[in-house]
Order: sequence, then structure tokens, then C-alpha cells
Amino acid sequence: MRVWMREVLASVLVNSLYEMKNYPVVLLNTVLSPLSFLLVITFVSKGQLIGEAIEGGFIMSMFQSGMSLQGDLSHLKNDFKLQDMVVSSPTTPSAYVMGMALAEIIYSLPALAVLAVLAAIYIQPGPLATLQLLLVFLLMFFASVALGFTLSTFSSDIVQSFAFSRLISTLFSTIPPVYYPISYIPLPFRYAAYLSPTTYAGELAQGSTGLILLSQAETAVAWVVLVAVCVALLLIASKKARWRDV
Amino acid sequence: MKAVVQTGDGQLSCESLTKVYSDSKGKKALDAVSLQVPSQGIFSLIGMNGAGKTTLVRILATQLEPTEGKATIDGLDVMKDAKKIRERIACIPQEARTVPWMTPKQTVLSYLMWRGVGYGEASRKALEALAKVGLEGQANVLNRRLSGGTKRKVLVAAVLSSEADIIFLDEPTTGLDPLSRQELWTFLGGLAQDRFLILTTHYLEEAERLAQVIGILHRGRVVGIGTLEQLRAKVRYQYSLMVTSASELPPIRQGSVTKSRIGQTQILTDEAEAYEVSRLLLEKGAKFSMSRTSLEDVFFHLVHRDGLEGRDA
Repeated sequence: MRVWMREVLASVLVNSLYEMKNYPVVLLNTVLSPLSFLLVITFVSKGQLIGEAIEGGFIMSMFQSGMSLQGDLSHLKNDFKLQDMVVSSPTTPSAYVMGMALAEIIYSLPALAVLAVLAAIYIQPGPLATLQLLLVFLLMFFASVALGFTLSTFSSDIVQSFAFSRLISTLFSTIPPVYYPISYIPLPFRYAAYLSPTTYAGELAQGSTGLILLSQAETAVAWVVLVAVCVALLLIASKKARWRDV
Repeated sequence: MKAVVQTGDGQLSCESLTKVYSDSKGKKALDAVSLQVPSQGIFSLIGMNGAGKTTLVRILATQLEPTEGKATIDGLDVMKDAKKIRERIACIPQEARTVPWMTPKQTVLSYLMWRGVGYGEASRKALEALAKVGLEGQANVLNRRLSGGTKRKVLVAAVLSSEADIIFLDEPTTGLDPLSRQELWTFLGGLAQDRFLILTTHYLEEAERLAQVIGILHRGRVVGIGTLEQLRAKVRYQYSLMVTSASELPPIRQGSVTKSRIGQTQILTDEAEAYEVSRLLLEKGAKFSMSRTSLEDVFFHLVHRDGLEGRDA
């Protein structure tokens, strides 16, 4: 276990702490990205949707962690051949990916701290709601990390990888009703929104803090979908991702 | 650092190792490669671009699955015993680069932590390894500020600092200036005292100087393997005479004569004729040098022969 922790820490050091220490400017992007949408939605809705926007900021941060992971893993694998060096060592893929994923969370910490303060001021969730929110955010994080890792192991080109990362991030965390209630989307398009797991995450977050009303059946369906997507992506990552190339 | 003690059969073996990449339209990157060499000292793989050197190294370093065949190092199967092998190997892949936002110390330290070493010990070992390659003064400089040769040394320091006793180096000196290359050669020679190095290179001089066993790959096949002496024995001529000035060459019965554009003439021949021709050249007062055939001569002979046979087929 101690050895596994060291391997995880190595990934954290390489993918976040050293970069943050040596290039502190990179932190700005991770702070600004989720907060910029929050500001836009809050201004446009004249403050009406600040709760939804804060929760959307959390979901986007979590989802972007996985997508950033895809880009970073691909960059380290294809441009520096770092993954090949690590494959030819005792490090396990789980330690490597867990460390890299934690590194993405560490990058997001400044944004998450700002969002937490805003949530305490404007949403004031109770203990149960806080627990539900944490669970939703964790499920989003693990789902996106599994997706990011799987995609990164198949990529051989960093430009293609970053393009995919941005596309998936936009499709799943910007366009779906994460920063606002789904009722704002005209009905025919609402069905399309339900194709994205982030829609369910947004609904659960908004429902748990009383920003929207969800029936018990809707809540149950949303949890089932979110957990199923997360489990499916983790299974795919464990079965299909390539640690050793074929 | 004390290297891991060898416990297996002391051999690197490949049996009919074949690799066909899915996007290669059936072309074999490795074509039934079979070889057996002692797993000690330096084993160098040479060959032209696309010969299959990197593919073979990646399979042996557990980074790539073969399509067919089997490979073992010290009795450990690279597919079935990958976990055990990974505890003993370290690899600097072809085109590996240092991460620019890290320093040499951070690079070596994190690599050691990936191999399970604790932070404090890794930090100490990183500084020791960097000192061994002469980078103690640049341990905390960002990698992006270092020269190409120094960046290579950082990666070498990383694998050196590890407990691995089998080290793969895929074209480690490509792009280095002659001085940096010489420094690295000296260093690798020392490293091979108690570890097994598998080295691929385009520089035949590098293989000739460093390796105890040399494998020549061509179009995914092994066309020659052995010590330089054994490889020389595979070719018809063992001696090379380089004549820089001679009005007329003595008659050559056995060997082959090649004239270069700059006026030099190379005579490749057997030992008896080499001494006979030397004597005649000396009598004529010609300027010339005589040496055993180089790896380059052997390489071109084997690869050219293989090429002709390939065309004939």
C-alpha cells in the first residue's frame, strides 16, 4: 500500500505540483474556466440562477478534470514518451492514473474553493444535501477520469487528443443544462439533453438543494443513470484501455 | 546502487517473434525473429530506419504485445511474467524527452517514486545520480533551459538511479554532438559493468565500441548476430586497405575494390592477400592504411546481401 501511495504521489508531483510550482500561471485557466460560465449565467439571469450556476461550476470542474486528464496523459505519452518509461517499471496503471487524476483535482482546488465559499453564501446546503452534492460530483469525476484515461490510451496525436478533449467537454458540460434548469430548454431538445450524464448530475444537484422540484421517480432514475454510466465507464477503462500497446 | 541479482538462465531469448501492426496492411515489422544472447554487458541492435529495432525493444520492455512468438529475459516471459520483469527493467524510449516544466532533480525523483522509492530516499538518490552524470550543478534548473545532450543525461540519470539491472536504451545518442556522445559512451560503458544494457543505435561506431554482442536487423529479420569477430567471420573479407595515393594498384585476386569520389580506394580482402597487397604498396611507396573490416563493412555486406536475396525472391 505504501509503495502504491508513492507511485500515486509521483504522478501528482509530475502532473500538478511541479507544474504549479514552476509555472504558476497555469492555475489561472483552471480558476477562470468554471467561474466564467458562472458569471455569465448569473449576470444574464440577473442573479436568479446563481445557485444553479454555482452547482454547474462544480460539475464542470469535476468533468473537466477527466477531460484535462485525457489531454495531459496523451501529452505525456506521445510527446515525452513518459508513459512508456512508466510502463517499463513496477508502477501499476491504477496508481499512475489515480495520481494523474488527483493532480487534476489539485489543479481545480482554487476554483473549487471559490465555488465552495459561494455555495455556502448563496445555496447554504444542509448536511444531507451536501452529502448528495459530494456524491454527484465524485461520480462525475470518476466517470470523466475513466473516459479520459480510455481515450488517452488510444490517442497517438496530441492535437487530435486536445481537440477531442475540448469537444467532449463542451458537449457534456457546457451545452447540457448544468448551469441552469432543464426546463429552460424547449421540449423537443430536452430529450437530447438527457443523452448527457451531466444533465442527470445537474438535476440531482439542483434537486438536492431545492432549486428545482424532482419527483422520487425522477430522482431514482437520475441516480441509476449516473451510477450506471460511471460504472460502465470504469469497466470500459479497466478492460479496454491499453497499458501495453497492441 | 546494488543491482538486482540475476536468478534466471542468464539469457535474452526470442523465438519466432513476429509483430504485425494493425494499420500496416499485413506488413511484418518483425518477421519471426529468433535469437539468444547472454543477458549481461551491452547487446546492441543496429539496422536502418524501419528495420524493427524499436519494435523489438518495445516488446522486450513490456510496452508492446507481439503478434506471435515468445521472448524471455533470464527465463521470464515478457508477456506472462510482465510484472516480475518490470521490477527489473528500466527504459529510455526512442524520442523520450524530459518534461520541460520540471527540473532534473524532480525528473529523477519522480521516476524513482514511480518505482516505489520513498520521497526522502528518492531525493537523495536523485542528487547522487545527477552527480554521477556531472549534472550536480544543474539539478534545480528547469529542463527546458538545458541543452539536448544534458536532457539526455537527465534521463540516463533516472534509469541509473533505479534498482533496474536490465536497461533498454533506444537510440540514446541520436542528435547529440560528438563530445556529448563520447561522454555518454564512457558512462554507458561503466553502467554495463553490473547491468545488462540493450542498446539500439544508428551509429555503427557506437555499437562497435560499446557492445559485446551485436544484432543486425533488416526488414524485420535478424541478418546477423554475434560478437564483432563472429560477424566478421560471416563475411568473405576480414581486412580493409584504404589507399589514399597510388599511381597503380597491385593486382587483386580475391578481394573487392571500391573507389570513392575523393580519390580513395578501399580494398576488402582476406588476410593473406591483405598482407601481400600491403607489401606491394609499401614497395611502391603508396600511402595506405590497413585494418580489420569494420562493423560498417560487415553491416553493408549483410544488409546488401539480404537486400539482393529479397529482390531475387
